[in-house]
Amino acid sequence: MSVDVISSDLLNVALLVFMGITAVAVARLRNLFAVVMLSGIYSLLGATLYVVLDAVDVAFTEAAVGAGISTVLMLGTLALTTSREKATPTARARTAMALSVAIGAVLIYATLDMPLFGDPSAPINHHVVPRYLDESLEETGVPNVVTAVLASYRGYDTLGETFVIFTAACGVLVLIGRPRRRKTDGTGASKA
Amino acid sequence: MSAYAFPGLANYWIAIVLMMIGLYVVMAHENLIKKIVGLNIFQVSVFVLYISMGKVKGGPAPILADNITIYSNPLPHVLILTAIVVGVATTALGLALIVRVNEQYGSIEDDDIRDLENAE
Amino acid sequence: MMHRKIILRIVSKQLIPFILLFALYVQWHGDFGPGGGFQAGVIFAAGFILYGILFGLGTLRRVLPSWFTRLCLASGVLIYSGVGVAAMLMGGQYLDYDVLSDDPVHGQELGILLVEAGVGLTVFAAMVTIFCAFAGRDRVTPRKN
Repeated sequence: MSVDVISSDLLNVALLVFMGITAVAVARLRNLFAVVMLSGIYSLLGATLYVVLDAVDVAFTEAAVGAGISTVLMLGTLALTTSREKATPTARARTAMALSVAIGAVLIYATLDMPLFGDPSAPINHHVVPRYLDESLEETGVPNVVTAVLASYRGYDTLGETFVIFTAACGVLVLIGRPRRRKTDGTGASKA
Repeated sequence: MSAYAFPGLANYWIAIVLMMIGLYVVMAHENLIKKIVGLNIFQVSVFVLYISMGKVKGGPAPILADNITIYSNPLPHVLILTAIVVGVATTALGLALIVRVNEQYGSIEDDDIRDLENAE
Repeated sequence: MMHRKIILRIVSKQLIPFILLFALYVQWHGDFGPGGGFQAGVIFAAGFILYGILFGLGTLRRVLPSWFTRLCLASGVLIYSGVGVAAMLMGGQYLDYDVLSDDPVHGQELGILLVEAGVGLTVFAAMVTIFCAFAGRDRVTPRKN
């Protein structure tokens, strides 16, 4: 194996470890402003990792969406609510820890049957993908296979996703799109 | 394949550890914004798991060019690409709900909201 | 207000045209390199969101009135589903781009271009709409119990 393959694998693991450190920091911090910033960093590290794993389209999206827009929206929410979190009860934290460790152990047990990382003979690379790679250029004239699969072969899927985005935007408009009418009595919210 | 098998399954394992940190944040914390951040961590680690499966050693990004015969798998890229944008749209919906909850109850802590509900 | 954050304002004023241009490049070059409607829509929206953060929601709404973003939001989805219906009217199946042109490959290219444009439009409008909804909300003082 060539040096650049090995170095990209090392980079891959190093980025994953950085993501782990960021995630632990998110779990421990109680200043929500810092938590939101760290979650942006987490996304950006994810985007870098996707570049290392040759998923350039995904990296592009994650950098723009996860690190950019999500962070802005979360900061907007902090401005409208509060930026300090209360302490977590220890008993609840222990139960949550035990549950997630148990689920994680089951999932890791499940990966033992999976093909090794980067294995070209893995089943995932042999079902429909050879057809996409071999014939998409003749069939669609688009060299970027991701775009060809996204818009043409899996057009129904993408249509559905577009509708989800449309619906989510409509939902946000319904929930908070209209400026709030100020109540005259001090109790605030109505009990309709 | 040569004997060189690094990182083997380690990519999947770290992705699962990240997932579990996200799950822990969602379960352990009462603060609704923190729960959304936890869901985001979970979501990104699922993406990492998928993209790791699609990587082929020595294969570049799936943009067709002459004299390249092996590419990374484009299918997980397509699935995750759309999932990211849908993810931010649904996150925005969740955050909008939090803003409304805060206006209604004056708190974004799950247990405070439950107490207020019970008091009424 | 106008004299604060002067460096940020001037630098981003210079940057925003390039952000929008880059978004258009990503949109129309997505067939050949990384990119496409999803990314372009988000980047295009990011340009306007930057503008909104620095110059206020009112100024942003003068550039992009809410009726306009809502129109974009709906017309993106409409373009996408319209391409499918057009393919049906021209004798193919829903979202089968082969029939859109005499040559199937040209039909596919045209279909992908239009569909990506629809996706970009919807994503752009959705992001701007969501940002404006959050930015336009007033902070409520917590209720005393």
